[in-house]
Amino acid sequence: MNPVDWFNSFSDWLTGWVFYSVDIGGASLPLIVVWLVIAGLFFTIWLGFMQVRGPKLSIDLVRGKYSSPDDAGEVTHFQALATAVSGTVGLGNIAGVAVAISLGGPGATFWMIIAGLLGMATKMAECMLGVKYRRQHADGSVSGGPMYYLRDGLAERGLGGLGKVLAVFFAIFMIGGAVGGGNMFQSNQATVQIISVTGGDDSFLAGNDWIVGLLFAALVGAVIIGGIKSIAKVTEKIVPFMAVLYITACIIVILWNITSVPAAFGDIFSGAFTGEGVAGGVIGALIVGFQRAAFSNEAGLGSASVAHSAVKTEEPATEGFVAMLEPFIDTVVICTMTALTIVITGVWNDPDAPDLTGVDLTSRSFETVLPWFPGVLALAVVLFAFSTMLSWSYYGMKATGYLFGDSVVAENVFKVIFLIFTVIGSAAALEEVINFSDSAIFLMSIPNIIGLYLLARVIRKEIHGYYDRVQSGEVVQVADRI
Amino acid sequence: METVVVGVDNSDSSTRAVEFAVERARHNNWKLVLVHVINWTPYSFTTPSENEHRHRERQREIEAANDQILDPMGRIAETGGVPHEEIVHHGKPSDTILDIAKDKDAIHLIVGRTGDSGLREAIFGSVASRLVQHAGVPVTVVP
Repeated sequence: MNPVDWFNSFSDWLTGWVFYSVDIGGASLPLIVVWLVIAGLFFTIWLGFMQVRGPKLSIDLVRGKYSSPDDAGEVTHFQALATAVSGTVGLGNIAGVAVAISLGGPGATFWMIIAGLLGMATKMAECMLGVKYRRQHADGSVSGGPMYYLRDGLAERGLGGLGKVLAVFFAIFMIGGAVGGGNMFQSNQATVQIISVTGGDDSFLAGNDWIVGLLFAALVGAVIIGGIKSIAKVTEKIVPFMAVLYITACIIVILWNITSVPAAFGDIFSGAFTGEGVAGGVIGALIVGFQRAAFSNEAGLGSASVAHSAVKTEEPATEGFVAMLEPFIDTVVICTMTALTIVITGVWNDPDAPDLTGVDLTSRSFETVLPWFPGVLALAVVLFAFSTMLSWSYYGMKATGYLFGDSVVAENVFKVIFLIFTVIGSAAALEEVINFSDSAIFLMSIPNIIGLYLLARVIRKEIHGYYDRVQSGEVVQVADRI
Repeated sequence: METVVVGVDNSDSSTRAVEFAVERARHNNWKLVLVHVINWTPYSFTTPSENEHRHRERQREIEAANDQILDPMGRIAETGGVPHEEIVHHGKPSDTILDIAKDKDAIHLIVGRTGDSGLREAIFGSVASRLVQHAGVPVTVVP
């Protein structure tokens, strides 16, 4: 059995398990999606609709209006947010959305946006905890994330044993998520895109897709094993510009088809509530929308909490407010842009659309207006994929470090495994890769959300406490830089 | 005793600015505040591992600034027998120097004409010219 076949059968087994579904009105509803939606709903209500009350405070925090001048030079709210966003904005926003629309019709967009809005509350909860229970090491560096709040937060509540078990499971699943969604899915879709712009089936790379994977592995390896930090730094700086370029291109396509905009919105709304032409109708559209949104913005999975926990602040709640913006940027803005582009140009309705892969469909919708854009999109895809892989390799490394007490050997073993899967990802079929990536990533939400519920009181106390102190004027903005 | 802020960095013109300031401070009975600003913006894009180690890195930057810039400049003031204070801060150099000057109620600002970053100055203008444009107190630029 070659590695790709082995992977495919393993992926099928895992997917069947994680995506255990019940039949509702002819659509199969994976319970794990319900799990995430309920968490989003719960924290939306539990925290008192902070998505509506909090954004102004979030933006003021990002702008540094509450940062002490003495902390100049430390990690700012903006930097923590930007780092987390660049790990989140990846192929989920380009390919995932296309997959959602080709499976769930335009109506999936509506549910995706709803999921993004609900995800803001979950993200707020987990990132606040990440800061509250982070560990400061002797050298001043910090480690945070669900492993730490599950272990230490639950211990405070007298649930130390359960906390330790959940933390270990979380760390194991995060390693899986890093290898799957954070790595294989990225290298798979980037490879498809590279082959497609170099000539599709006639490309010299067609049938030799592993060569692209090998190249990716070499580049990621240069950063994470070779320690060539300049590659990572350059990527971090280019990605935001690519994101802006991508959104600009979406806007151009949308403006070009401005007359179709009302009809497109009509399709999105009617699709959301009628589910016409979609397998499973409304429920089908809803499931697909929620699933793709969760995969894209990672709310409830706990991964972003690792990135957010490096911020310099005395108030854990501040980072909760800042992190809340992440699903908004990722899903409500970027995913919606992609969705509108695909729906407005009508490419999702093309007869051969179901046979296209995620990125190809998005690429085609841009091509209708900007014939040269697929080349730029390919570059964006490759860069997004690369930066997401770097972020997730970091998450995976932190999880490995947690499990093996920061053992250098264990971290190096993880890095090598990560790179091997980069190559496998490029050569495996999309379906298996998507299934495995989803399974591994969604598994993280099980221990994480159990922990969030058990710590719900702590979360509300911190978030409301801070919010009230801002409202009452006890916490004031910093007037000067000095 | 009136306070005068002197912006310092690695450059020769900065050394000349401190010498000039010390000379004047002796005659006018000034206290000098030597300020070095480490160029930094809260809005840069960073990697997760950079963030993880940022606190330690910042500590190193401050130590290096003290060792390599403020200590030698401070010695010039000490030799001249002028009371002085040393401040190192992260931020945008011109804005931070202005904020510190305001905070210290400085009556005067003294800086060297060219800093130690040639290319950036060629594109965005020098710290000295920004100070001249925006300061609320007289600025002396030492060539």
